[in-house]
Amino acid sequence: MKQELTGYPLTLDGPDRPMIRFADVSKSYGDLQVLDRLNLDVAEGEMVTIIGPSGSGKTTVLRMLMTLETIDEGVIYVDGNPLTHMPKGDLLVPADRRHLRRERANIGMCFQHFNLFPHMTALENCTEGPIHVLGLSRDAARERAEELLEMVGLIDKRDEYPARLSGGQKQRVAIARALAMRPKVMLFDEVTSALDPEVTGEVTEVIRKLVGKHNLTMLMVTHQMGFARDISDRICFFHNGRIEEQGPPSELFGNPQSERTQQFLSAVNEAI
Amino acid sequence: MGGNWSWDFTLQILPRLIEATGYTLLAALIGYLIAMVLGLVLALAQRTPWRVLTLIAREFVEFIRSTPLILQIFFVFYVAPQFGVRLSPWTAGMIAIGLHYAAYLSEVYRGGLESVEKGQWEAATSLNLGTAHCYRRIILPQALPNCIPGMGNYLVGILKDTPMLSVIGVAELMHTANAIGTETYRFLEPFTLVGLIFLCISLPLAELVRRAETRLRRKLGLVK
Amino acid sequence: MTYPEFISAHGPRLLDGTLVTIQQTILAALLAVLIALTFGMMKISPLRPVRALATVYIEIFRGTSLLVQLYWIFFVLPLFGLTIDKFTAGFVAVGMNLGAYGAEVVRGAIQSVPRGQWEAGVALNLSPARRMWRIILPQALVIMLPAWGNLMIEVLKGTALVAMISVADLMFAARQINGTTYLSAQVFGTALVIYYVLARFGITPFMRWLERFVARRMGRV
Repeated sequence: MKQELTGYPLTLDGPDRPMIRFADVSKSYGDLQVLDRLNLDVAEGEMVTIIGPSGSGKTTVLRMLMTLETIDEGVIYVDGNPLTHMPKGDLLVPADRRHLRRERANIGMCFQHFNLFPHMTALENCTEGPIHVLGLSRDAARERAEELLEMVGLIDKRDEYPARLSGGQKQRVAIARALAMRPKVMLFDEVTSALDPEVTGEVTEVIRKLVGKHNLTMLMVTHQMGFARDISDRICFFHNGRIEEQGPPSELFGNPQSERTQQFLSAVNEAI
Repeated sequence: MGGNWSWDFTLQILPRLIEATGYTLLAALIGYLIAMVLGLVLALAQRTPWRVLTLIAREFVEFIRSTPLILQIFFVFYVAPQFGVRLSPWTAGMIAIGLHYAAYLSEVYRGGLESVEKGQWEAATSLNLGTAHCYRRIILPQALPNCIPGMGNYLVGILKDTPMLSVIGVAELMHTANAIGTETYRFLEPFTLVGLIFLCISLPLAELVRRAETRLRRKLGLVK
Repeated sequence: MTYPEFISAHGPRLLDGTLVTIQQTILAALLAVLIALTFGMMKISPLRPVRALATVYIEIFRGTSLLVQLYWIFFVLPLFGLTIDKFTAGFVAVGMNLGAYGAEVVRGAIQSVPRGQWEAGVALNLSPARRMWRIILPQALVIMLPAWGNLMIEVLKGTALVAMISVADLMFAARQINGTTYLSAQVFGTALVIYYVLARFGITPFMRWLERFVARRMGRV
């Protein structure tokens, strides 16, 4: 990501401009190629799920969007503007911190291990960003946070510290916390993987509620195939840092074309 | 002179020793405040992206930690005048002991900061909190309870090291006891009393540190 | 006076002092280990008076400063008819002080040997002494060695205080040279570097080697 880029548009316009675009994005750690010239568009309001074996680069895609990882090549656009780069004349140059902070505001993320702030109550977790980043008044932030905690069914836990919440409850607070920032894009990184099987339902229920609402664009990495199939508009199967196959859930699960996809799906089915 | 304890003499010198204890406490406190601030600078310097700065801070901390405090005290006191800066014993002593403990406290801070999970930074980034804000509101409140035991130990430590300041003439407890010894040729009472006074301060202080740690953890909701 | 001139004039004295510092460090370290093992094991004795004795020793030596202890041993003990020469008083004070810190390390390490090892010792019907010596201590040794690395550097630094009772160590030599030449930066700077070299290139590598050596002997590699 050191060099300046030419040949990429400075902004994306037009009626079918995607909410998210990965253009030729590559990334490697030393010798390990995590992503290999990835091209992926996600439309506004679309729910896309990424599946694939571990080490296939799924999580990296989300972490790049959240700017937790840098990219080696290519460019990522969010909401029409480049995220990883910024325009300078007719070139795209690597983004500085100010640009990152501005563009990152479009994106919210939920993590596998929740990452709630343990020294803040559920409510404080949800008001920290709105007050200090969005500049909302305490009352307005509180009102918004309570609305969201109500939505995830945890309004009665608003004054509890995370240590006193169950895993499922923590993850629901984390979803409320991310939504409180009013993102246009929500990223869900294996949000049920650290949970006991019997409580994954309470989290997936909340995500289900978000589909089609608020025109939220969502990108999810999960191992729960049934859930992915139920709620996604599109499934991407990742293998060795590339999209091996993608399509609507019915097609990808019902009639996978690639041999690798078939192998993966049958292995997953056997495990269940 | 002899091995028999004189209570009259004890009572006679006690007020002077208690007065000197005040200076010992003052020296420990000032030294510790300097160490707390400088230590944070040294710890944060090792977390910047600038490699050279990190390396210099690291080596400096290593150097300070592996050389004797008493030699550092002499160094500061005698070397500064060579460069035209005359330091009073107090100033030199506070610089030396403050710097020495800054190196130790920087290690405590570093450990505390590293004990905060990476996920906390990532969550802060995902909420778009700035670096300074993230340190202040997210990282430091979590790092601090982990620093308290170490910080407490070094508070007791700095108190116990203040007698070394007597070698450059800071009139604290040890210096006063020495002076009494040379004036009266009686060493038993002054030196024993110094030991007892230190025990009377450092043992309860250590206990206080233990309690403060538990309370802080509870207050920050880090205990179930 | 240039620095090379300074070194050729005063280097030999600093070197003599360094040798005394090394002697003091080694003797104090041996004493500290001995005291630490004794009081560390006493601290977990089933007998309450034994435990109490260890606690009193550890708290007294950790609750006051080395300099106070050194003066006490050197100036006060003779009043009770116990006269020790300054060289002995020096390393004894340092060893007794760091031994108290070491005792806590030993206690912690012994207690962190898994419960099952004690029980296995009982199951084999080993005598308590043999169980400690053959089963528990060797494993505790592996656990405690890294902490001893730091303590040994504290021993080295502690020996600088023996100059205060006129033992002619490095610190003492540096002060004397400073008193006659007033070349403070050169003499104290050189002394600081010598201490640093002893710690960083003497004690630290030796303790690392010892850790590896013990780990290999215990079949942990």
